Formats: sequence, C-alpha cells, structure tokens
Amino acid sequence: MSDIVEKTLTALPGLFLQNQPAGGPAAAKASFSSRLGGLIRGITALTSKHEEEKLIQQELSNLKATVSAPTTTLKMMKECMVRLIYCEMLGYDASFGYIHAIKLAQQGNLLEKRVGYLAVSLFLHENHELLLLLVNTVVKDLQSTNLVEVCMALTIVSQIFPREMIPAVLPLIEDKLQHSKEIIRRKAVLALYKFHLIAPNQVQHIHIKFRKALCDRDVGVMAASLHIYVRMIKENSSGYKDLTGSFVTILKQVVGGKLPVDFNYHSVPAPWLQIQLLRILGLLGKDDQRTSELMYDVLDESLRRAELNHNVTYAILFECVHTIYSIYPKSELLEKAAKCIGKFVLSPKINLKYLGLKALTYVIQQDPALALQHQMTIIECLDHPDPIIKRETLELLYRISNAQNIRVIVQKMLEYLHQSKEEYIIVNLVGKIAELAEKYAPDNAWFIQTMNAVFSVGGDVMHPDIPNNFLRLLAEGFDDETEDQQLRLYAVQSYLTLLDMENVFYPQRFLQVMSWVLGEYSYLLDKQTPEEVINKLYKLLINDSVSSETKTWLIAAVTKLTPQAHSSNIVERVIQEFTISLDTCMRQHAFELKHLHENVELMKSLLPVDKSCEDMVVDASLSFLDGFVAEGLSQGVAPYKPHHQRQEEKLSQEKVLRFTYLALSFSSSGFTGRQSPAGISLGSDISGNSAETGLKETNSLKLEGIKKLWGKEGYLPKKESKTGEETEALPIPQESIMENVDQAKTKKDQCQVLTQSKEEKEKQLLASSLFVGLGSESTINLLGKADNVSHKFRRKSKIKETKSGETAHSHSMTCSSVSSLSNVSYDEDYYLNTLQDRGDKELKKFSLSLELLDSEPLTELPLVEKLSNCNLSAPSLFADNDMEIFHPPQSTAVSVAKEMSLASSFLEETTECIHSNLMEVCNNETISVFSYKIWKDDCLLMVWSITNKSGLELKSANLEIFPAENFKITEQLGCCLPVMEAEGTKTFQYSVQMEKPFTEENLSGFINYQMMDTHSVQMEFSINLSLLDFIRPLKISTEDFGKLWLSFANDVKQNVKMSESQATLPSALKTLQQKLRLHVVEIIGNEGLLACQLLPSIPCLLHCRVHADLLALWFRSSCSTLPDYLLHQCQKVVEGS
Amino acid sequence: MQFMLLFSRQGKLRLQKWYVPLSDKEKKKITRELVQTVLARKPKMCSFLEWRDLKIVYKRYASLYFCCAIEDQDNELITLEIIHRYVELLDKYFGSVCELDIIFNFEKAYFILDEFLLGGEVQETSKKNVLKAIEQADLLQEC
Repeated sequence: MSDIVEKTLTALPGLFLQNQPAGGPAAAKASFSSRLGGLIRGITALTSKHEEEKLIQQELSNLKATVSAPTTTLKMMKECMVRLIYCEMLGYDASFGYIHAIKLAQQGNLLEKRVGYLAVSLFLHENHELLLLLVNTVVKDLQSTNLVEVCMALTIVSQIFPREMIPAVLPLIEDKLQHSKEIIRRKAVLALYKFHLIAPNQVQHIHIKFRKALCDRDVGVMAASLHIYVRMIKENSSGYKDLTGSFVTILKQVVGGKLPVDFNYHSVPAPWLQIQLLRILGLLGKDDQRTSELMYDVLDESLRRAELNHNVTYAILFECVHTIYSIYPKSELLEKAAKCIGKFVLSPKINLKYLGLKALTYVIQQDPALALQHQMTIIECLDHPDPIIKRETLELLYRISNAQNIRVIVQKMLEYLHQSKEEYIIVNLVGKIAELAEKYAPDNAWFIQTMNAVFSVGGDVMHPDIPNNFLRLLAEGFDDETEDQQLRLYAVQSYLTLLDMENVFYPQRFLQVMSWVLGEYSYLLDKQTPEEVINKLYKLLINDSVSSETKTWLIAAVTKLTPQAHSSNIVERVIQEFTISLDTCMRQHAFELKHLHENVELMKSLLPVDKSCEDMVVDASLSFLDGFVAEGLSQGVAPYKPHHQRQEEKLSQEKVLRFTYLALSFSSSGFTGRQSPAGISLGSDISGNSAETGLKETNSLKLEGIKKLWGKEGYLPKKESKTGEETEALPIPQESIMENVDQAKTKKDQCQVLTQSKEEKEKQLLASSLFVGLGSESTINLLGKADNVSHKFRRKSKIKETKSGETAHSHSMTCSSVSSLSNVSYDEDYYLNTLQDRGDKELKKFSLSLELLDSEPLTELPLVEKLSNCNLSAPSLFADNDMEIFHPPQSTAVSVAKEMSLASSFLEETTECIHSNLMEVCNNETISVFSYKIWKDDCLLMVWSITNKSGLELKSANLEIFPAENFKITEQLGCCLPVMEAEGTKTFQYSVQMEKPFTEENLSGFINYQMMDTHSVQMEFSINLSLLDFIRPLKISTEDFGKLWLSFANDVKQNVKMSESQATLPSALKTLQQKLRLHVVEIIGNEGLLACQLLPSIPCLLHCRVHADLLALWFRSSCSTLPDYLLHQCQKVVEGS
Repeated sequence: MQFMLLFSRQGKLRLQKWYVPLSDKEKKKITRELVQTVLARKPKMCSFLEWRDLKIVYKRYASLYFCCAIEDQDNELITLEIIHRYVELLDKYFGSVCELDIIFNFEKAYFILDEFLLGGEVQETSKKNVLKAIEQADLLQEC
C-alpha cells in the first residue's frame, strides 16, 4: 500500500488540477472540496513550520470572516467547518467556530447537520459550556421521524452530553429501546451506557430495560448491552449472579457458531462478543465456586475452539486464560491455561511473547512453578532489545522476589533504571526498588547502597514517602540496638564518602536525607570529628546549586552537631554568613543557632544526642508568657483572639460566650494561655524528631506520640538466609529445560555448542540465582509475598497505616527540635530570655499543673472501662439510675436474681458491658418474662428472658416485637423455639436503633407459647425506652471538637439554674457525665466542653459555661431535633437533683 | 478505549478521536509525546507500549500509524483487531484506501469510525451493518 501512497503523492498536483474545471451543479461542490484540497495541498507544499503557521493563520482569519458573515449559506458553512476541523487537527486554535458548529447542527439539512454534529463532537468536551446550546437540537432530532436524524442525535449523545441535562433526553432515549430498527436500539443502549458512566444514579431505574436489551433478537443490540453489564458487574458482581446462566448460554452459542456469518471476523465467530462475555464471566466467578462451576464447560470449549493461528484467536485465548485464573480454580482448566501461557511465552511473535509475560505476571502468585518452567525464556527477555519486553520481565521478577533472589533482581532493576529517561517509569521503578530493599535487604551495606542508588536516580521525582520511610526506619531502628547502630554508622560513612567526591551533584532530596542522617548520627563516628562533618555541610551550604529548602535541612544538621563540636570556628562562620542571608527562613535559623550557641547548656539539653525518637516535653501553651501578657493587659492592651474566634464572634454577634477552646484547636500562633491568665498548661508529646509539628503546619497539638504507632517487630535477624551465589537445588534440572528450548540449535553445530553453552551457563547461573526460592520445597513463601520470609526492614504495612497522618509532615524531619522552637517563638529574643530566666520556675509550675490535671478526675474519665475493671463492688456510679456493672458471670449469678444464672451462657458475651437491672415485664402461672437493657458501645441490646416455671415442656414459644416507627429492631438470635424444657430459661436478644430522636417511647411485643396438648397462650408486654438509652459518650479531642463545632448548623442555647448541691462547674459536669453519659472533652476555666453521640452515629456537642449559679448550655449537632431533646434531659438532671 | 490517533510517518496527525474529556493543551502534549515515541520504535518491536498509566496499541499500515490508548486491564490483541477492522472498513468504503483518501475525506473517516466505535466501545462488529449505516446516511444526503 505504501507504494500506492507514494505514487499518489507524486500525482497529487495533477489531481487537483483535474478537479477544478468541472462544471454545472457539481461546480459548487467541487469548488468547496477543492478549497479544502487547496489548503491541504498548500500545506504539503510548504517546507518550514513557520510558513505553515503563516498560511494557516491566514486561512483561519479568512474562515473567521466567512463564518460570521450573514451572507454565508449553510452549505458554505459546512465546508468551512471541515476546514476548521482540519486546522484544529494541525494544532491551531479554531474556537471561534465552535458556536457555528452548534448552529450548523441545529439549522442545517441532513448533510450539513451531520458535519455540524461531527464538528461539535470533535471540538467540544463534555464539560464545555457551549454544549448546553446543543441540548434542544438533540431533543428535536430524537423526536424526528427521519431515522438518520435520530441516529445522529443518538451518536452525539453517546459521545458527549452535559451530565446535568440528562433528564431532558432520558425518557426519549428510553423509548428508543423499543424502536423497530435495531440500529436505533443499539445506539440507544450505548447512549444509556454513556449515561451510566457519567451519572449512574440517573439510569438506575432502567436496569430492568438493560435486561431486555440483553435478550434482544439482534446480536448488535445484545453486544452493546454487554458494555453496560461489564461496568455494572465490575462495581457489584453479587447483584448479577442470576445472569450467569444467560451469559454462559450466549457464549456457548457464539462459540458454537450459531450467530449470523456477518459477525464472523476472519472466520472466528464474533470475537469482540466472546471477549466481553469472558470478561463478564471472570468477574462473576471470582471467589465464587458455585457460579464458577457453571462456566467450566464453556471455558473449556472456548479454549478448544480457539485453535486457528491468528491474532484474534490469541486474543480470545488470552482472555480465556485470564478468566480461568480469576474464577474459582479448577485444576484441569488451570493446566490447560498454563499450557496456553506457554504457547504465548514461547511464541516467536513479539506481541504474543509480551502477552505471555503479562499473563505470567498475574498468574505467578497462584502458580510459581510456571515461572520456573519458563525461566530460560524469562532470562532471555531480560536482555531483549525491546524495552517494553524488558520492563514487563522486570515486573514479573518484582513479583517473584524474595529474600534469596533480591540482590540479582534489584541489580537488574537498577540497570534498567539507569537507562530510562521517562519520568513515569522512573517514579514507578524507584518505588518498587525501595519497597523491595526495605522488605528483603540482606545486609546493611547492601541496603544503604541500594537506597543511595534510589535517591540519586529517583531524586526529586520520586514519591516523598520513600525518603521519609527510610529516615524513619533509621531513626526507630529494630530490636537489636547494636545492629541499628551499625546501620546508622554505615549510612553516615557512606554519605561522607559520597560528599567527598568532587563535582558530583546529588538531587536535593538525597542531600536532605544525608544532612538529616549526618546531623543525627555523626556522633557514632570514631575517626572524624564533628568539626569535619560540619565543614562538609558548610561546603554544601555555600554551594549555589543547593536549594534553599535543602539549606534549611543542612543548617539544622549543623545546629545539631554544634553542641558536640569542640571548637566553633566553623559554626561561627556559618552564623556570621547566614544571619545576613537574604532568605528570611535561613536567617531565622541562623539566629536561632546564634542564640543557642551562646548558651551551650541550654543547647545541649535542647538538642540531645540520639534522641530523635524520644518525646520532648514542650510547654506549648506558652504559659511562661503569662507575666508578659498580664502586664500588657493591665496596660489596656486588648486580649488576643485567634482568627477563628474573631470571625465567629462577628458572625454570631454573641458576646457572652467565648470560644477559648477554639483557640486551642485552631490557633496558628499558640497563644492560648494568654486569654486565661490562670494558665492552663498543656503537656504535649511533641516528639522531637519525626515530629508531628511540621514547619508549614499550624501548631495544633497532636497528642499522640509517634512511638505508639511504631512497634518494634519486623526485624528478624536471619543471617543464615544470606545468599550470594550459593543456591538451593532447583527442583527441575537445568539441563532438561535447556534442551527443550535449544534442542534444535545445539544439534546443528558442535562448534557453536561450545561457545553457546558457555553463554548458556551464564544464563543458567543467572536463572538459578533469580528463581531460587521458587521451587516446590519453598512454595510456602510464595514469591516472598507471604510474610514468613525474613523481612529485615519490614515496615510497609505500618507505613500505610500512618501515612495519612504523617505524610503531610514531611518537612518535619528537617529541623527536629529547632523547628519546634521556631514554631512556638514569635519573638526569639524575648522567648530565649524568658526561657532562660523563667525556665526553672515555669517548669515547676508546669509540672504542678500537670499534677493538678491528673488528680482531677474530670479531665478524662473513661467511665465504662473503669467501671468494668473494678471488681470491688464500690458504690456504682450508675446505682441511682438502675444500672449496675456486669461482673464475670459467676459473680453475676450470685448478685442478680436466680433466674439469671441460666442465661449465663449469653451473659458471657456481654460481660464488661453496662446493663440495667432485671425487670419482670409480664408473668402468669407458667412463665415469667424478664427483660433488661444492655448499653453496648454501638447499639442498645434488649434482652428478654423467658423462664418456664411449670414442670411441663412448652411448645413453640415465640416472642415478637411490634414494629415501632421510631425504632429499627434487629433480631440477634433465633426466636422461635420449637420446644422449651421444663424449668428452662431462654433468652431473646434484639438490637435496637433509634430512627429519630424522642424523649421516651414504649416498645411492646408479645409472647406466645403452647402448653402440651393445649391451646396457645399469648401475653403482651411493653417496656419503656428513653433517649438516654441511645446516648453514648463521644471521645474526641479538643481539636476535633472545634472542627465539629464549626461544621454543625443546628444549635440550641439555654441557661439553666443549678441546684445548690452542685453549683460548681466540675460537679455539674460530673453529673452530666454520669447521668447522661456525655464525654467531658476539656475544661477551660469556667467553661466546659462535652460530646456525645446518638447511636448509631449522630454527634452532639455541648458547651457549658458557669455564671454564678447559672449554667449556660449551648448544644450543637448535625441533627436538628437532637439538641432539644438533650437539653431537656440536661435540664432535668441539672435542676432536678 | 481512551483515544485513537492516526498519524503519518512524518508525524502529521491525520485523525484524532478522544473518548475522555481532556483539555486542548493536554491533548496536544499527549499527541506530541506519543507520535515521537511510536515513530522512534523499530519495526520488529512489540505493538504495545506502556505509557504513563495507559497501554498504547499501535499498528502501521503503509505510511499511516493507527494508535489506540486503552486501560491496563483491556485486551491488547483485540485492540489490534479493532484497528484492523477499522482499516478494513475504510478499505471497503473507499475501495483500496490510501492515506490520501483519509486526508481529503477525513470527515468520512470520522463518520465510519463513529459507526464502528461509539463512546470508546465497539458499537457494531458486523462489517456489513456498519457500511449499511454509512451508506444509508450518505444516500439520504444526496437527495
């Protein structure tokens, strides 16, 4: 064909000439098409890009004039559109024509309309605002009696349509599903598919119609409906299991050649249809044996039928293999599929080889032996000239990596990495290498060197988690302290060597890692003094190619090393140079260093050696500034209000309440202490190092220390699994494989054999080092994905857990304690002085207030736990509320009524929960029904226990609860008992949820049973439930409280007079906590914050403030009625007692 | 399918169809990068490419490259056959198609594509049906 093209190209000018002199009615047409032709010819004739640009700009300005001229006919407009499309395709902006394209679609005859629609579909995207103008045209055309118009409208709808306008056309398109022409039905199905993609909710109601389309008598319509099914089944496979049979039948018919010959493609019956169906079956049969069993036969048949040696049969085979491996396994099929994969892998056709590798990659976890079978091919592919094949091979190796083959695999990956230039590949590969290195590193030196390679290549494009995880790993270490120290020492030494090299540039991220490690762990060095290290850092500091962010890391490292240094010349030089830096951040750090340097003792205590993981106690409330603040206030300075508070006050115009707690949670400067000169000091665990307080973060206090998140497991000092080249014996003899692969070759030429075998030997060696650990004897650690392999640096899983919390603080590593200093200080000089002057005094005060908080029982009363833990029958806090604590079953049996003992089997489950007293709800001569409530954390559990007092068996005892609109009741255990023994007890449990808030409500039901041979007896009972049964404490931090508070719209305020016995805030809160189960979040001065939730999860917040004997209550919740009800309850308890 | 591009050996774009909403700038960037990458590949190399998170399937017919972007879980081989079927359709419509047919009648090429693929999915696999639909539309236009 290329020949033809070349020929035609040369004949091109002639062709155009021929076109021109045509006459008559064809003349107009010819002149139009030749205009496009002229344009194209003009462009092809040009040689430079510049000329082309000039020509097209000119063309565009002509077009612009033509399209906006009123005299332009639609016919001309159509021609203009075609040229505009052409110009856009060449990369020039033709947006002035968009509106005309829409007009053309609207006004033109069929011919013009078609071009108009085409232009619209090419010019606009589905979010384009002009698209709205098309909606009317589409609606009109959908209603047209002309089939072609309807088709065009459906075509455009299936390509681009504004989501918000779907309702305008949806009914019309639904109608089209019943159209007599199959082409219309087919296009309508595809339009609905499009809607399903962009707005699934809008087409939910027509799912039933999709089923009809699936059964359509026309194959095309049925095939179109499969697109929707693939999508829907992917989202929720369980909803479509009933269709499995139909899909299997369809596939059987297709494979059996029952479709019209039209649908054959190179004598393969409807391959597209087959592939869609196979994909659907794969999704349906996943992890579902019963469904999978339905499809084994047809899969077998598909495999058998696809025997033609044509691309399209391979496409079907590939999909078939994929399906077989995704569904519930059947060994026979797996065998056949494995054979199939072999065909792919060994194929000389490169496309098939690639797919073979791809298939291996995803089946490898299920069937590692398959990789062994093809190991020689895999080795060959590693050196394949096509980088795509190479990359897929590496992906495969990545999946089979384990502790034994890690060195070779990572080496191969690094080789590839060094050749790659594309950023996407680098980021991807670097991440994988880092993951493997952390997981399987055989020793320290290897680990550090690999990570060095990762950092130097991955540099500034790699995922920021990689350096962060690495540093965390170093800092936190493992179980073995000496091992940790060696790793750190090795890192320090290797970085110093790297920095010694001249004229080598490292990525900024790598430098940052280096500076942190050097700052923290240089003390481990024997030979080099801190001065030498500082000197190296200094060299980097004055290097212009180092970014200012990296420089802050560097200066932080210098700061950390300064207290260890004996002479300080170099430090003084740093101070001198950077206190006049133009970069304010640098200058600040330099000043900090300067001040610290002047006070060595303070510096040493602030920057302790090897304490990066220890928690540091920081007086974050800045209570030492209280004096200063008081002084200011007395001189008439307005008290500081944080931004949020100011805004809030402005909004609400409410002057009575002050949101002191908001200051705690939002303050961006941390001056909370000032407002309440009483000084509430808060100890926060700002862990000094991998600290939560990022440079760019606000100073919100994060109370959880990092230590808790990071356990110490994960290090298994498995030295014996050291590998090198010594390898385990492979289960399959190498020779035999080689013979298989190279049989023909080796027989041909003896001479070649010698050289080749040498080559082969190398490959064999490589193979043995790669596939070690894959043999049958070690299949347990399937490719290292199982956890029993020595995970030297196993951190990944945890990293994921904490990722969300910590990635944001990636900068925090920077300056450790220095940053925490600069965070809280707003006036360094003042701060430092105060720190010095008041240090001791404040510390005392601080610890005092800490004690105060400790001794104050209200600060944190984990009521439930405490209660359940206390086995002494100390006066129960719930005693006055008809509650008591569950002790282990034995003791319950003693303390509670006798009837309960028989229910002990049940009680075992519910011990540790608070429950109410047993209450008799109804009885007669034969049975008594008792009931009690168990206030579980996530629901209210109602238990009815029925005791048979008679000596006779009861038949079909049954308990039912009448449905009530306010509750949602779920049965916990089987409720109908066929027979109930004499003197027996049975319990029924229901979990009850509240649908909408109320104060009190009755829950009633009945019990019926049958005595031996007599009539059945029915008894009704009812029980009272109150709102409080559904209230649980909501344990949140002050910060979360602040956030929630602002997000809730429903609020209720009320002042309540407190009874005299509890006219203080603590006692009022105590009452609320005990009686209403509110959680006390925080007490600030005379204000208190409480939080609770209505089950299942409607939060409600309460802010209280005491004025003399008045308690101002302020509720906020996401539910509009809840605050009212709660207020009512609060009123009762506060005023009542 | 995410998009389909047709370009010549010289790197000139002949046809572009986008099934995902992208800005013009992105489209241009993608086109430029892909044309470069595909043209740089040797004839014996694999027809598949991993590019960003997409799979590119391309095939050369004479001086024209047909290039489709699919998602990772899609079947590469059947995509090659989609390309082939499209070429067959063009061939049948124009009568032994050549690059020039597509250059000068690119709107026709688009119409055929729209009858074959709709919204990124195969709409009709029967060659007869596709051509019938096109002819029907063409015929009505003439009168």
